[in-house]
Formats: sequence, C-alpha cells, structure tokens
Amino acid sequence: MSAVQTMNPLVQVRDVHKSFDQLEVLKGIDLDIMPGEVVVILGPSGSGKSTFLRCINHLEAINKGFIAVDGEQIGYRLRNGRLEKLSANGIARQRRKIGMVFQQFNLYPHMTVLQNIIEAPVGIHGESRQDATRNALQLLERVGLSEKAGSYPRQLSGGQQQRVAIARALAIKPKLMLFDEPTSALDPELVGEVLATMRDLAKQGLTMIVVTHEIGFAREAADRVVFMDDGKIVEMGRPDDVIGNPQHPRTKAFLSRFL
Amino acid sequence: MSRLDPSRASPSGDAPFRDVATAHAPFRSGRLILWAVILLVAANFAWIVAHNENFGWPVVIAYFFDPTVISGLYVSLGLTVVAMALGTILGLVLAIARMSNDRLANSLAALFIWFFRGTPLLVQLIFWYNLSTLFPRLSIAIPFGPVLASWDTNSVITPMTAAIVGLALNEAAYMAEIIRGGLLSVDRGQTETAEAFGMTRARALWRIIIPQAMRSIVPPTGNQLISMIKATSLVSVIAMADLLYSVQSIYNRTFEIIPMLLVAVIWYLLITSILNIGQSYIEAYYGRSERRSKADGKPALTATAVQEASH
Repeated sequence: MSAVQTMNPLVQVRDVHKSFDQLEVLKGIDLDIMPGEVVVILGPSGSGKSTFLRCINHLEAINKGFIAVDGEQIGYRLRNGRLEKLSANGIARQRRKIGMVFQQFNLYPHMTVLQNIIEAPVGIHGESRQDATRNALQLLERVGLSEKAGSYPRQLSGGQQQRVAIARALAIKPKLMLFDEPTSALDPELVGEVLATMRDLAKQGLTMIVVTHEIGFAREAADRVVFMDDGKIVEMGRPDDVIGNPQHPRTKAFLSRFL
Repeated sequence: MSRLDPSRASPSGDAPFRDVATAHAPFRSGRLILWAVILLVAANFAWIVAHNENFGWPVVIAYFFDPTVISGLYVSLGLTVVAMALGTILGLVLAIARMSNDRLANSLAALFIWFFRGTPLLVQLIFWYNLSTLFPRLSIAIPFGPVLASWDTNSVITPMTAAIVGLALNEAAYMAEIIRGGLLSVDRGQTETAEAFGMTRARALWRIIIPQAMRSIVPPTGNQLISMIKATSLVSVIAMADLLYSVQSIYNRTFEIIPMLLVAVIWYLLITSILNIGQSYIEAYYGRSERRSKADGKPALTATAVQEASH
C-alpha cells in the first residue's frame, strides 16, 4: 500500500468545467488516475464522458479547472507566476505521450497499414524507419494482423481497422491511452476481437481510460469504473461494487437496461 | 395463377426458370444500324473537310513546324507552366489563409480572391503591362519611412513579367477556391487524429490532409490547366509572342487566315490531349487506396520483414 501512496497520479483532473455555447457539458469533474490503472467511464449518451476524454488531450479546451498528465498541465504553462496558453506546437508536444483510439477508427486512408503505424514514430518521434517498421510489425503481430501490413484501410473490416488503430496508437509508446467508444461503430460480431486486444493491453499494465458501453469489458478489465451522468461523476469504485452493487439511482437505472 | 407459385422458382423447377449463368445478350440490330449511320455521316464530313480547298491543308502542313510557330508554342507552354506553378503555390497559401481562424489572414485572402476573380483577365493583363503609367517607379520602403531600394517600372515590367504576374495572380484566385474545396472535403476526423498524435499543423496538412484532398483537387485543376493554355492566347494583346500571336504575325503577312488559325487550333488540341492523359494517370495515383484489390501490394516484402522482426 505504501508504494501506491508514494506514487504520483499520472492523470490529475480538478474541478473541470466545459461548455459549448450555453450548454454546460461538464459540471466539475475531479479524478486522479494512477500509473497502470485501467479506468472505464460508463454513462448514458450525452452524459459528457466523450467530451471529458477529449479534454484530457486538449482536443477540447476546458473553461475552468485543470488537467495534468505526467506532471504537466495540459494546454497551459506557468510563466513568471502567470498561467499562459500554450502555442499550437506546445500543445502538440504534450500530446505526443498520449495515444488515442477513436470511435470511427480514423486510419489514414491514403496510407497502407504499415505506413499508418510508422507515420508518427518516424515523422514526429524521430525513430529510424527501420526501427519503426520492426516495432510496427511486432505490434501488428500482437493485434493479430501481421499479414495485413501492405493493405489499405479500405480493404479491412471494421474490427481489423480498429485493431490497426490500436497498434498505431501503441507505436508512439504512450504513457496513457484514451479509447473513445472504440467498439460503438462496429458490427456486433466484430466487437469481441477489439475488446480482446484491449483486455490484453490492460493486463500488460498500460494506463488506459476507456469510454464505452461494454459493461462486460468494464467488469473484467477495469481497475476502476467511473459512472458519469449529466456532466458529473455520480459514482466511482471497483467494478464489482459499481456494476454489481450500484448505490446511486442513476447508476441503477442505467445498469438495469443491460441486465 | 399457377405461374405465380413461388415453389416453381426453384432451379429444379420448370423450364421458365433457368440459371442466369447460361444467359446471353440478345443481338440489337437497331443499335448497329445507328452506329453505321453515325460513322457514315462522320466519315463523310471528314472527307468534305479534307477536300475543301478553303481550309488550305497544304498551307497548314507547310507552316505546322514553322520556326515562328514553334517558338510561339514554347512561349505558350512556358507561360502555362510558370503561371500555373506560381498560381498553384499562391493558391495553396491563400486557401490555408482563407481557412485559418486568424481574422487578418482570412480577410486578406478573401479580398485577394474577390478582386482577382471579379475582374476580367484581359483587363488585369493590360493593367500589369501599363503599370508604369500608374507607378513610374517601384520601391521597397518602410511604410511612411525611408526607401530601401527602387527600380524603374519599365525595366521590371516586360511583356514577359506582365504576362506571368497577370496570369499567375488570376490563377491563384481560382486555385485557392479549388484547393479550399479539396481541403474541406477531407473528413474532420483526420485533422483531429493528426492533432491527437501531436502533429504540427503544417505536418498534418502536408502528410495527412493534402494527399487526401488531392482526389478532389486534381480534376478541376486539370480543367484550370487547360483553360490556362488557352488563356495564354490573351497575352498576344500585350505583344507577347505566344502561339496565337505567332500565327497572327504570319497571316498578317500571307493573308492565309484560316489555315494559320488551324495550325494553332491543332497545336492547342494536341497539348490538351497530352494533358488529359497525364491527368488520368495522376488521378489513378491518388485513387490507389480506393481500389479494393485483395492482393496486397508487397506480400513478399512483408513476409521477409516479419521474419526479420522475429529474429
């Protein structure tokens, strides 16, 4: 226990508020995530969980509070005692240790699978093409798509595309992985292969934040389940407690639809 | 009634239902006759044109490779290449400025496009050519401050520079809108992904967005290039010896107006035909990821690379 207590959280979120015009989507989020932790965020549509995820790597700017990843405040820096907005390039630099997997996969359609994976390592992280290729092929093996290295995304099924997208995000050796509803755009029979890949990653100690509707995945793979509703965290804890024995009426109502 | 019985639709059923694999296309005699008539009319028209002395085909042949014509052709081609290249580069800059959130860049680009698309190219060319009557000297200076360098306008603006500047700036205004349309056609998720991976805006544009935008940029750009070849004929008004100007200079001497114009027409057609072929190759290149071939590009290479990686 003492080891855990002395470790600093990888992600620190304090009183985060976010509005789109008049609509307040996040109404004060507080959350600490330890290195190696797998956090699954559940909640009904419109509860703000995807927006919250996108705030963590500053795809959305927050209006109040702060978010820090690996000890660095995201999107801002302290200079002469005053907080100033980072330049676009400064934000880009912060994002380089955070991997992200999108609902719509968003593979680069004009590049082959291999080119998709080595694009960031070679172009941004300065790895040699040879090392990046070797690493990419190992990652493809890990997600079970070794023979697809030369294919274009369009030639793959949705499940295969999402596994490539996961390999692409892993290729930058991220400290944190964000999954934004990674199985929501998939046909039901393809969901399993993606979840299996993610379960593997969870076991290997990668820090993950997963927004999903897959209760089964949350139960098996999560260290902690966060239930969001109406822009707030209403319940949070071990999956057995939150899913098995929910306390808050909103959590109960949400989970009852999956039983 | 019995013909509607669905059980009869089985392959083992009666004669009316047979496997479509045995089907053949019926012979359509009407279509064949139509083809024959059209070909006959076309052949007859070609024969009439070829034997019409007013077209002066011997003159066309005699002057087709005339040195004056060929040098005019080079001028037209050179102007097209240079003006198009400058126009495309400036157009890209304008398109990016037009799409940026920066109010200043955005309005300057909009103003440029508004002006150069909104005035006739012929008038723009004449203005550039006569710039010295508006500004006798061109200077680089600090605004309201000292002059750093200065040139006589007439030494800077020759017919050649006036033609290049006029054509390129006009082209840039059109290319800006074509490129902007192409950039907008790329899925928003692509920009977002590039951002999430920590790419700078310039890199995201160059590696992710522009290659995808090319599919919708290339066809209208081919159109612009062909327009540009023909637009270069406008520079004959500012005494630039392009293809049209060259044939004009010959028929002013020989009065063989129609044959000489035919020489120019055939050259223009030849160039645009070559450009069309080039365009289809470029389109095929940028559409390569669209093909749904199951055969992977380099299966052998991948296999060896996997082996290498497992060592």
